[in-house]
Amino acid sequence: MFSFVLHASLVLIALSMIGFIYRVIKGPSTPDRVVALDAIGINLVAITSILSILLKTTAFLEVILLIGILAFIGTVAFSKYLEKGVVVEHDRNNH
Amino acid sequence: MKTNDLILQTITKVIVFLILLFSVDIFFAGHYTPGGGFVGGLMTSAALVLLLIAYDIKTVANLFPVNYIYVAATGLLIALVTGISSILRHKPFLTHAFNKHVHLPLFGETSLHTAALFDLGVYLVVVGVTMTIIQSIGEDK
Repeated sequence: MFSFVLHASLVLIALSMIGFIYRVIKGPSTPDRVVALDAIGINLVAITSILSILLKTTAFLEVILLIGILAFIGTVAFSKYLEKGVVVEHDRNNH
Repeated sequence: MKTNDLILQTITKVIVFLILLFSVDIFFAGHYTPGGGFVGGLMTSAALVLLLIAYDIKTVANLFPVNYIYVAATGLLIALVTGISSILRHKPFLTHAFNKHVHLPLFGETSLHTAALFDLGVYLVVVGVTMTIIQSIGEDK
């Protein structure tokens, strides 16, 4: 029963990822694609955690935190590029 | 256009310490669990990149006044010294040694392995190379 629930939630998360991939491909503006990619990263966290329950291992727990941090930094970098045109400024007070 | 990054900068002040702590944990856990010098170095440079995004190169250079090329060179030197020190004990190059009874001032009796020193070299090289690449691309003058 428990294994069935895990597999069903894997299928549901995969379906929601297909929805996000549709938004990444179709999305009319760039912010749509950035938000969809961020959500895909968070779905990847969910898939990794469910898979680590299914495989009965704790070896993937670092990967979960890693994906969260990388998704956050990537989204912040993309947002700053969209807003200011540069990702890393030399001096933000006078340029 | 002058923009206000208050939310990003406040979040960064909290999260950078979490990422640095996670990178140190992943570095020291590398001997028994997944992790090690490479991922730890990448995580440390991810924290520094988050600082670079939220602030700028000048502010981060004031925070960490290091030349990252020297950081990479120090890492290579540490890895090389770890290898050579085994020659001095009449063993082949890069033969690692361990000591179960080392008295450190704060931790008491600990067991140390020289593979951790080699890993420290890898860590410093990864941080130095990644930050050198990102800073030299980011400089737009």
